[in-house]
Parts: sequence; C-alpha cells; structure tokens
Amino acid sequence: MRFIYKTRYDQDINLAKHGGHKFWYSLLMVALLTAPWWLEAYGLAQLTFILIYGIVGLGLMLLAGFTGLFSLGHAAFLGVGAYTQAVLAAQGWPFPLSIAAAAALSAAVGAIVGLPALRVKGIYLGIATLAFGFIVEEVLARWESVTGGNSGKMVGSMQAFGWVVDSSEKFYFVCLAITVLCTLAVLNLLRSPTGRAFVAIRDSEISAQSMGIHLARYKTMSFAISAALAGIGGALYAHMIRFLSPDQFNIIQSIDLLLMVVIGGLGSVHGAFFGAAFIIGMPQAISALKDFLPEAIAQAPGLKSVIYGLVLILFVLFEPLGLYGRWFKIRTWFQLFPFYRKGLFKRQKAYQKSDRLK
Amino acid sequence: MQVVQLLISGIAQGCIYGLIALGFVLIYKATETVSFAQGDLMMLGAFLGLALMTVLGFPFWIAVPSAIGAMALFGLVAERIVIRPILGQPAFSIVMLTFGIGYVVRGAITMIPGIGTETYTLPVPYKDQIVHVGALVLNIEQMVVIGATAALCALLFALFRYSRVGIAMQAASQNQLAAYYMGIPVQRLNGLVWALAAAVAAIAGLLLAPVTFVHANLGFIGLKAFPAAVVGGFGSLPGAIVGGLIIGVVESLAGFYLPEGFKDVAAYVVVLIMLMVKPNGLFGENLRKKV
Repeated sequence: MRFIYKTRYDQDINLAKHGGHKFWYSLLMVALLTAPWWLEAYGLAQLTFILIYGIVGLGLMLLAGFTGLFSLGHAAFLGVGAYTQAVLAAQGWPFPLSIAAAAALSAAVGAIVGLPALRVKGIYLGIATLAFGFIVEEVLARWESVTGGNSGKMVGSMQAFGWVVDSSEKFYFVCLAITVLCTLAVLNLLRSPTGRAFVAIRDSEISAQSMGIHLARYKTMSFAISAALAGIGGALYAHMIRFLSPDQFNIIQSIDLLLMVVIGGLGSVHGAFFGAAFIIGMPQAISALKDFLPEAIAQAPGLKSVIYGLVLILFVLFEPLGLYGRWFKIRTWFQLFPFYRKGLFKRQKAYQKSDRLK
Repeated sequence: MQVVQLLISGIAQGCIYGLIALGFVLIYKATETVSFAQGDLMMLGAFLGLALMTVLGFPFWIAVPSAIGAMALFGLVAERIVIRPILGQPAFSIVMLTFGIGYVVRGAITMIPGIGTETYTLPVPYKDQIVHVGALVLNIEQMVVIGATAALCALLFALFRYSRVGIAMQAASQNQLAAYYMGIPVQRLNGLVWALAAAVAAIAGLLLAPVTFVHANLGFIGLKAFPAAVVGGFGSLPGAIVGGLIIGVVESLAGFYLPEGFKDVAAYVVVLIMLMVKPNGLFGENLRKKV
C-alpha cells in the first residue's frame, strides 16, 4: 500500500504524483523509443496508427470527457487537418509549419462550430455538429480544385528544411514526438485554471457560471483546442494513409471516434490511448476470431459492426468508465492489497438530471 | 406544374423523415434520451416485411401488420434488456447505447445468409402505378406514403387525446415523478413508448421500401430525420411531422433549382440556420432550467 505524505503544495499539481509514476512512465517511454527495434514493420505501422488516433482521441476526450460537450462531427476536423496538410505539403511547406497551419485552421473551424454551442446544449449541439460534419464532407467532395473531390488526393512524404521523412521508422518518431508533446500539453492544460473551468462546466453549467466562469469563452475554447488536436491528428493521418478521399471523414468515422473515447473511458487521458488501441487492435482480433466462426457469420461484412456494437453496449452497461475504469480497478486492487473490498466501485444510484425542469 | 410535382415528391419524402422523427420525439418525450437506433429500426422493419412477403410468402395485408407488430415487440424487448438497466445514468451513456443497438442491428442483418448483402424491391400491390390528374403525374407509391402518414397522425392524435394509455404517457412525459405518485406505471409506459417508436419506424420503413430499395444501409436516412425533429422542436409530435415536411420539400426544391450537391446537405443547412435563429424549433417549448 502506498500513502503519499504531502509536504509541498506543488505535490497536488505535479504530473508525476510519486516515484511509481516516474518509473512506469519512463519504462513506457523507453519501450516506445525502442519500438522500431523490437517491432516488425507491420506492428510499427499499427503503433503509429494508435499514436495518431490517440492524438485525435485526446482532442475529443477534452471536449466530450472533460467539457461535457459531445460532437458527432469530429471527423470533419480530422478532414480539415488532413487536407490542409496535403495541400501545404504539396506546395513544399516544411512539416512543422504545415502541421501548425493545419491545427490553426481546424481550430478556427472548431471555434465557428463552437458558436452555436453557446446557444444550444445537449442533443441540439450533437445535431449541430452532425450537420456541420455532413456539410464539410460535401465541401471536401465538391471543392475539386483543392481536394481532388471523390477521386481522392495523393499525399507525398513529409519534409522539412531538406530532411525528408521517407521511412516508416522516421515517421514513427515524428508521430511519437508530436504525441508526447500533445499529451503533455493536454495534461498541463487540465491542471491549469482553464482545464478546471472545463471540468466545472461539465459537472454543472449553472454552478460554473455562478463561480464566474465565462461559459461562452470556455466552450468555444474547448471546441477550438479539441479541433486543433484533431487537425494535428489529421495532418499525421494524411501522411500515414497517403491517399485522402472525402468518405474517410464521414459520419461513420465520427461515430467511431466517439466510440473510441467512450470505450477508452470518458474523462481520462489514458482513455484516449486505450480507446485508440482498441479501435486499431479490434480488426486484428476480429480477423483472428474469424477462423473459429461458421462460414456465413465470418464472411458477413457486418461482423465488425456487430462486435463493435456489442462491445459498446456491454461497456456502457457494465463498465461506464471504459477500459480506463477496468485498468483503474486492477491498479487499485494491487495498490490496496490486501484491503480491496468488493463494493469499492459500486455504482451509485443516480437520478437523471433533467434538462427541461420548470 | 413542375413546382407542384416537386412539392408532392418532397412532401412524400418529408413524410418518411417525419415518421422517423416521430419516433425520436416519442422516445425523447418519454425518457429524455435520443435514440440513434431509430433509422436502423426502420431498416429492420423494411427487411422484416420483405422476408415475410418473399420468403414466407405472406400476402401483403398480413405481412404489413405482422412486421409492425414484430417490430413493436422488438422495441419492447430492447427497452427492457438494454435501456432500463441504465436509466438514470447520464444521457450521453444512453445515446451511446442506442448507437450500439444500431450497429448491432445493421451488422446482424448482413449475417443472414443470402439476404443482408443484397438490395431488394419490396413487392407491394401498388408498385409502379401512375395516375394522371390534369397535367400532374401522380405516383401511387408517393400518394400511399402521404395518405398513410396522415392516417397514422390521426391515429396517434386520437391515442394521445382519448385513450387512458395515451393520457398516461403525456402525464409521464411532463413529469415522471408526479405521474409515478399518481399511480401511473412509468417504467412499463417507457417500454410501451419504445414499442410505439419501433412500430412507427417499421411503418416508415415499409412505406419507404417501395420508393427506394431495401438494403442494410437504409437506416442512414434516419440521420436526415434529426434535422426534421430539431426544426419542429424536439419535444413536439406535430412539430416532427411539420419539420419532416419542411426538410423534404426544401430538399426536393434544392435538388432541382440549386447546383448538384446542395440536395444532400440542404437538410443540414436548414437545421443549422434553425439552431442559430430559433434553437427550440418551431413548436418547441421554451423552458429554462432553474437551480
């Protein structure tokens, strides 16, 4: 059992709470840094995808998990980032600049979408973002001079100041560096007054407002930051997938992203990465499972969506905090050993907060 | 004449949106959750009608009520097994749950050997018949859609106005706790509302099937019904139908008068404008939360 004896105020906001954190996260970092040497090419590509989706997940987590606004059109921000990067890279911009531009453009778009968020809430916001997602997808498909329309757009390699990211190992390290930066930025944001304001808005808008939090400003900010992270993820995604078409950024992608953060665990930074690992790992698991299933079921194109749907239903019913919740329980079991009690995480009986009280 | 023609086809399409939106609104009023599975339930209803007619060889007039009844049962069971255990949890969880139901339904359809992966036309008695009224060319399928929607609306109006169950549903949707104190079995009513919503979705599916095709992705039309529900005001039953009609007509006119591509996004542009101008919709109640 570990008991942290606090002697300084800094200990409340330190990123690493105790030596265990430092040790395990350093170990994770070492493992990630040496990944190209112990993973074969395919595994490395999957890991790169996990990092990219992790960045997008961080953005959506900030919005849905920490600010309590949920977006059904997040793929649109991903698309804006990806196409911006594709266009700028084709014009020879160095990648740090073009990724920053992709993030900025996505953030601007996100702020515009955030504007109706100030007037509408709950499901109306979801539908506003859904509508926006459809419109962006249509724009990407029709604006052929820039995006190549439905026939798609090829994306070349990343390059900056004469350095070309031409191998998958180099690209992996670029992704890893950006992911670490984004994660640290989000963690830092969450312990700052801004992050606390987000959480306050999530928990109760009215009490946040009465504490002096400017709802409009912080909601727009949350949308903009979330969209910027999605844009960065999109920029990397463009180089990873090397071929962009508007249907990669449709409603299904948006729902998949939402599914990712819910299964990962809403309201935790870990959850974004757990969810990304789930989204990337699941197709492998399903294809491994196919050998044990009858022909008719294994060959059905809908097998993936049935399994996703079932996993989602089971998580919402039995583990509302997602994979992170499961991990947290296991960790607590070890930390408290041998004092773990069965009812420690029993769900509180909750009563629905109505939005239409008179 | 052309305008009238466009209006009629827009209204017919709008009726479908309206019927799906009706399902959203029914569930929203009763349980304050939004069911994203509504479009997929519609798809399931259409497939059920198809299977009853082509595989089992039921005549049209028996197949339609039994498909609707089976879907109502499906709604009832789905509510009991999946939704009721987490009532009271944040609305977001329930929304994700309905996404899950939609995923499962859509995927499960493709697993039925020989059915799910193809597209079909529903063999209805009124297929491809046309009536000329003056210079107008009326498509019987569209007329049936409009007529059936009107009849269904009248039926629902009567249900909510005159029957005990309907009045109890209204009471529960206005204030669950007070309704519960008055001896209304709120939980059982919620199950009935899901059944009703699933039945309405099945009707929409059966009406839509002759106009388009039956296939596993039919449910994505449900996503156009959200704008319909929002334009009408999410908590209003007549609003859902009116919203549906508006979306249908706008879409039909946009498809003809505006450049290509606008037809697909017209519904979403309308809903964004609506959310900016009048977030509560045309018929929505303007309620404010107080501490």
